[in-house]
Amino acid sequence: MTNQYRVLPGPEHFLPPAAASMGIRLPNPGEAHIHGVIVPEEQALEEAARQFLMAKVPTIFPGPLVLWAWNEKAAKKATAIRHLYETIKECVTPQQQAMLIPMPDYRPKYPKINPEVEINPNHPNLTIWHNKIDCCMFVGVHCHQANLSLKIIRGGTSCYTIAMCAQAGHEDAMLSFRDASAEKIMRLAEWVRKLKGTVKVSQVVSKSGASN
Amino acid sequence: MSKERIKIAPEFFDIMPPEYQDLVTRATYGNESRGWKDIGTSKELIEEHSLCAGCPESMAFRYILASLPNPEDTVMVGSTGCTSLVFPHVAVHNIHSLFGNQNAVASGLKRALTVRFPGRIKDVVVLAGDGATVDIGLDMTLQAWFRQEKFTTICFDNELYANTGGQESGLMQKGFVAKMAPVGKTFEKVRLPEIARESGCHYVVNCTVSKPSLVEKVIKNAVYVAREIGPTYLQLYTPCILEIGKNSMEGLQEMRDSEKPTERFAYKEYISEPAKQLLAEIAAKEKERKAAAKQLTSQEA
Ligand SMILES: Cc1ncc(C[n+]2csc(CCOP(=O)(O)OP(=O)(O)O)c2C)c(N)n1
Ligand code: SF4
Ligand SMILES: [Mg+2]
Repeated sequence: MTNQYRVLPGPEHFLPPAAASMGIRLPNPGEAHIHGVIVPEEQALEEAARQFLMAKVPTIFPGPLVLWAWNEKAAKKATAIRHLYETIKECVTPQQQAMLIPMPDYRPKYPKINPEVEINPNHPNLTIWHNKIDCCMFVGVHCHQANLSLKIIRGGTSCYTIAMCAQAGHEDAMLSFRDASAEKIMRLAEWVRKLKGTVKVSQVVSKSGASN
Repeated sequence: MSKERIKIAPEFFDIMPPEYQDLVTRATYGNESRGWKDIGTSKELIEEHSLCAGCPESMAFRYILASLPNPEDTVMVGSTGCTSLVFPHVAVHNIHSLFGNQNAVASGLKRALTVRFPGRIKDVVVLAGDGATVDIGLDMTLQAWFRQEKFTTICFDNELYANTGGQESGLMQKGFVAKMAPVGKTFEKVRLPEIARESGCHYVVNCTVSKPSLVEKVIKNAVYVAREIGPTYLQLYTPCILEIGKNSMEGLQEMRDSEKPTERFAYKEYISEPAKQLLAEIAAKEKERKAAAKQLTSQEA
């Protein structure tokens, strides 16, 4: 079967198909995928760094698996993620705004979340819209909630999604790593530093910022 | 057990929403003498609630969450109804079960936790409405008791199906007319506390939630007995002020009126012999612990 489906920034439509059902495969160890095409991991690191540097509001969404220091690995990843965020902040221009917004809870909140300070997997689009986020990376979010969020974001926004997945990767992200580790996150930060100043900020502005 | 188990990674502390920062700094996890008196001075384990303004279920929730002896190692099991809308705002592990299945889910959960965490105390507490406990879930409720499953069942008895607009429930009073039960109930309120006793519950209490200190006592007793001996059951009157036509401020008086000696929520308890023995031992230890703590503070002073 020739597979034409590509995982691209949306808005795709209200309920985009699960990329897996469209034939998108997950990468093997040492690989990653970009838009559903399997590539060597190093290539994806470079591309993710480029996307961060191109974005007006490059954002990292850490989830409960890294927000809470529940074991040593999680604590190390937290340090690496913060380092990545600080690096992006340093490497972008004053016109860009790097953000670090937690996903502390998966449960729907009453009466609503505050999209300025958090993201919730049941309506991640609210945080994307509110902050006009045009590139984001999920890290430390359990698989099911990440899948749900990535699909909703692809359905209703034009945000570029990156998954720094600790398991086998996410088909529903536009770019996905697998086997996330503190070391891999640090390598991504190195790529951001390496590409600093070589990437032009995206000129595309949609009606409500990044995401309509 | 303590806050050691809920530490925010220091790199993310500043970006966490304030309610989570509060939880790790000011909640009473790990405090052996936690209880209703912490309300107002510590971070509660309930954030906002989604119930009607003044709903006594909200008071009950706050007292129960303040009183659980071991919240960091407790899993609550809920069921559909007004209570289920509150669980997303509760900082205790919880599972939402299909309406009526709560005691079956809790049975499996308690057994699994016992196998998975040998040597660690893990409490399971079911909290469901009267419709879930007595009508649609009666089979699961009773079977769990027959099997002597070691967890606590709490029923928020508001004497009808509140969440779906006021249908008749087995715990509704005879003759009561509700919005969706216009004919009026034709049979008596089911005597679930008595049924619980006969079905093997070792600690059974029927009361209102008008007195926080009483709620604290019965919650702690019910959890301790379930942990060591067998099933326990609490039936708490949490009137649906919306359905009985009361204002937000009138829930407390409604409970006080219904707990008078001749009323249906007059305090009633049943404690099995092994449970009595256990509670006496716990009370003696608690007395010792408090005396030791008092001595320590007077020495330090
Ligand atoms: C299997 C199933 N049957 C029926 C329902 C519809 N339902 C939702 S809430 C509810 C009544 C809840 O009554 P109760 O348990 O007394 O809780 P309350 O809302 O009164 O606190 C019913 C019947 C459902 N959600 N699931
Ligand atoms: S409908 Fe009744 S039981 Fe439900 S929240 Fe409102 S007052 Fe409380
Ligand atoms: Mg009810």
